[in-house]
Amino acid sequence: MKKPESSLEINPDLARKILTGFIRSETTRTGYPRAVVGLSGGVDSALACLLAAESLGGANVLAVRMPYTSSSPDSLEHAALVIKQSGVQEKTISIGPAVDALLVEIPAQDRIRRGNVMARTRMTVLYDQSAAFGGLVIGTGNKTEILLGYTTQFGDAAAAINPLGDLYKTQLRQLARAMDVPQVILDKAPTADLWVGQTDEGELGFTYEEVDRLLYLLVDRRRSPEACVKAGFERRFVERVVELIRKNHFKRVMPPIAKLSNRTVGYDFLYLRDWGS
Amino acid sequence: MITIALAQIDTRLGEVQANLDKHLARVEAARLEGADLVIFPELSLTGYQLQDLTPTVARHASPGDDVFKPLLAASRKLDILLGFVESDDRHRFFNSAAYLSQGEFVHVHRKVYLPTYGMFDEGRYFAWGDQIRAFDTRFGRFGSLICEDFWHASPPYLLWLDGADVLLFMSASPGRGLDSEPALESARWVEHVTQAYASLFTSFVGNVGRVGFEDGLGFWGGSTMFDPHGDLIVRAPYHEESLTLAELDLEQLPRARARLPLLRDERTALVYRELTRILGADPTKDPREET
Repeated sequence: MKKPESSLEINPDLARKILTGFIRSETTRTGYPRAVVGLSGGVDSALACLLAAESLGGANVLAVRMPYTSSSPDSLEHAALVIKQSGVQEKTISIGPAVDALLVEIPAQDRIRRGNVMARTRMTVLYDQSAAFGGLVIGTGNKTEILLGYTTQFGDAAAAINPLGDLYKTQLRQLARAMDVPQVILDKAPTADLWVGQTDEGELGFTYEEVDRLLYLLVDRRRSPEACVKAGFERRFVERVVELIRKNHFKRVMPPIAKLSNRTVGYDFLYLRDWGS
Repeated sequence: MITIALAQIDTRLGEVQANLDKHLARVEAARLEGADLVIFPELSLTGYQLQDLTPTVARHASPGDDVFKPLLAASRKLDILLGFVESDDRHRFFNSAAYLSQGEFVHVHRKVYLPTYGMFDEGRYFAWGDQIRAFDTRFGRFGSLICEDFWHASPPYLLWLDGADVLLFMSASPGRGLDSEPALESARWVEHVTQAYASLFTSFVGNVGRVGFEDGLGFWGGSTMFDPHGDLIVRAPYHEESLTLAELDLEQLPRARARLPLLRDERTALVYRELTRILGADPTKDPREET
């Protein structure tokens, strides 16, 4: 039976097997068979934490909660549910003082700059904990946000390895359900929680379900924007998504190095990260 | 009856000595299991995505080579088919497979189709092999191909015409195509074509894949052996190292070919005529081949 072309359905058992294998392999081979996960209380980091715990054992995973003063109190509670369920070690480090020191220079209405400072402060805390704990930072970015660029470069996008980056948000939710992420986390509206009342879908202006179906056609099925319009997507929506993908590509690549020599990192000095392991 | 061990292994990228040690351990384990032949995946001595490591891991397929010496010694006990980067005397590098037996090189196949598209970049690092030859072993006439080679119909077809009754494929297939099915699309694709060749050529067809990760690419394993009726003899687990034994009853060949005399009826002269017509006056001219 041929499935409809827009099917985003995944086999969660298979995804779980591959992703736990990936985390185990890509941490252990570096000599650091431990992991650090920033736990926000949302579904993505909850899933990353559960996968890391299953891969390495709870004792080898450090979940770090990093609230800011405006963070929803629910976030801490929901993260606590995941910590309990996964049996990981945990730390709670407020980013309030560090962020406030930086926000002095930033106008209150500039929410993007303020949000970026919070995301990058969390990155700084996580990488410090990575060194202290001897574990790699596990990324929690999903394919939808990576493609749309709905992420802070060098902030939440920063990680040593990313097990979730090839799962669209709607696929990730299927795996999260299969791995028993607490229902209250599955049910709540996705949010970066950078300001009060922020939601992903409110900020983006479309739902994950809509955009994932479109991204799947554009990216995975290599359909043209025109073909997506013919398939029933609104033209303005298609054009906006195509533009978001293009203009955020800089977040998905390493900064270009100006080539001068005969052998340059990134162009003709080519090795996998797993070189020699 | 021959027993073939499918050594579905993970490798260390660019670490030939570590991979060699694993080969020797698997050969010994296969011997203890009573295997006559042990098969490793594509580039089993080196890992797959070598990029700029390619020249540094290359070996000469010669009895004096330090990596091949212990393997040739081990092949006195049972035959070995493995993957490696081959350097020729003029410093061209091939993605090759060596069949070792009784302390000698019986055959070396150089991959003739180097995938260079999508996530694959083999044509950037390797030279193209230009021969497809079956070879005689102590068990019968075999043929070996490497991954993309068997995505083109002509190499298995040529081996069949060249007398191979057992086709041995080696792969390093990155897993992809997660959907609602219990196996990845890439696994299903490979199994379809492998099984199809067994049916179309009424021959034994085995494929040994690798497992493990190289950066984000995960190799799915799932090594298989099909019999000349196209039925599955054995399938190794997905995504896990294993040593899986396949029993090949060579008496199946005459029975399968009596039921379905495709080999007897194959009209090679017709194929030759039509290929000559299609390719024009000089069918041997291929711009990619060296002169």
